[in-house]
Amino acid sequence: MKTLKICILRIEGTNCELETSLAFKRLGASAEIVHLKQLIGAVKEQERRNLMDYDVLVIPGGFSSGDYVRAGAILAARIKGTLGEEIADFIDTGKPVLGICNGFQVLVEMGLLPGFVPDEKPGMQQVALTTNDSARFECRPTLIKHECKGKCMFTRGIEKGSILKMPCAHAEGKFFIAERKREEYIQWLEENDQIVFRYVDPEGNYAPYPWNPNGSIYNIAGICNPEGNILGLMPHPERAFYAFLDSEWSRMARGRRKEKGEEKEDIYGGGEKIFESALKSILKKGL
Amino acid sequence: MTIEIDVTIKLKHGVTDPEGENTKKTLNLLGFRDVRSVKTAKTFRIEIEQEKGDEEKVMQEVEEMCRKLLANPVIHNYDIKMVK
Repeated sequence: MKTLKICILRIEGTNCELETSLAFKRLGASAEIVHLKQLIGAVKEQERRNLMDYDVLVIPGGFSSGDYVRAGAILAARIKGTLGEEIADFIDTGKPVLGICNGFQVLVEMGLLPGFVPDEKPGMQQVALTTNDSARFECRPTLIKHECKGKCMFTRGIEKGSILKMPCAHAEGKFFIAERKREEYIQWLEENDQIVFRYVDPEGNYAPYPWNPNGSIYNIAGICNPEGNILGLMPHPERAFYAFLDSEWSRMARGRRKEKGEEKEDIYGGGEKIFESALKSILKKGL
Repeated sequence: MTIEIDVTIKLKHGVTDPEGENTKKTLNLLGFRDVRSVKTAKTFRIEIEQEKGDEEKVMQEVEEMCRKLLANPVIHNYDIKMVK
C-alpha cells in the first residue's frame, strides 16, 4: 500500500500541529510539519518542500500571526500572495485540504469555502467567521452532528446523523452570512450537500447556546466545498482522536470496534474517523 | 514625503457587535445610565512614502489594502481619511 504524505502547515501562532501529525502517523501515513517558508522557497535548498509532493494539506488551528487584523486574515493573505497558484493546482487535482479551527477561518478568508459562485467573482469571500455571540473565548467540548450525505471526502466513514464529541476553542467562530443573502446561501449549501457538521444537544436537536458555542447561523460547525475535497470545521478533531482524551472517559461506557476480524475495545474518539476517512478516500480515488 | 492615513474598520449594520454590547452593559452598570449603544471600530494608521501630488494613487492603494487584508467585505465597512 502506498504511504500517503501529509503536509501540516505551520507559521507563527499555529497550534496542535503535533497532535495532527501524530494522528495521521498512527493511521499509517507519513506526516510532516512544514513551515510556509519551506513551501515558498524562502529557506536553504535542502529545507525546501514542494506542495504537490503531498497528498493532504492540513491548516491547523491556533492563532496565526496573533489573530491580528482578524482571525486568519494575515495567514490567508500570505498564502494567497505567495502560494496561491500551487494551492489552486493542489485543489484542482482533487486532493483533500482540511482546515481546523483557525484553518477554517483561513479557508473562508481565502474564499475557498464555501466556494460556490452564484453571483460573485470566484475567490471572493461569501461568508465570514466572526466574534462569538458570547464575546468570550469558548473552550469546552461540543457535540456536532454529521449532516453530509457522502460528498465530503473527510466524513465518508461516518454515518449520517451520528453525533460526535469534539472540543472547540475559539473566540471568532460564528458562521455568518449577510442577512439579505442568508436564505439563498443556506438553501444553496443544503442542496449542494455542503453542510457537514451542525452543533446539537445530546438528543440531537439543533439547540441554541450553550450547545451552539458561538451563535453560528443554522448551527453550522463545518462545511465543505462543492467538490467535497475541502473541509473546514471549528471544533478540533485531533483533540478527540483517542477516546481517553474525553474528559468523561473514565465514566463512559467503552465502545467496541472490529479490527482484523477481532472485536476489541475502541480506543479512538470521535475525531479519528475524519482522518481515517480522508486517507481511505484518497486511496480509493487513486490520487 | 510621507503621508499618514487613518483606515477605520466598522461592522456593517445587522452584524452583532458583542464587544460593544458588553461594554454598553458594563457602562450602564457603572452608573452611566444614558448610554444607549456602544459600537466598536478598529483604526489602522498607515504611513506611506510618496512623491508629491500622487495622493490619488495612494488613496487607490489604500482601497486595495482594505479589500485585500484590512476589511472583510461580508461584515465590514471601511473609512479612509488622510491625516496629513
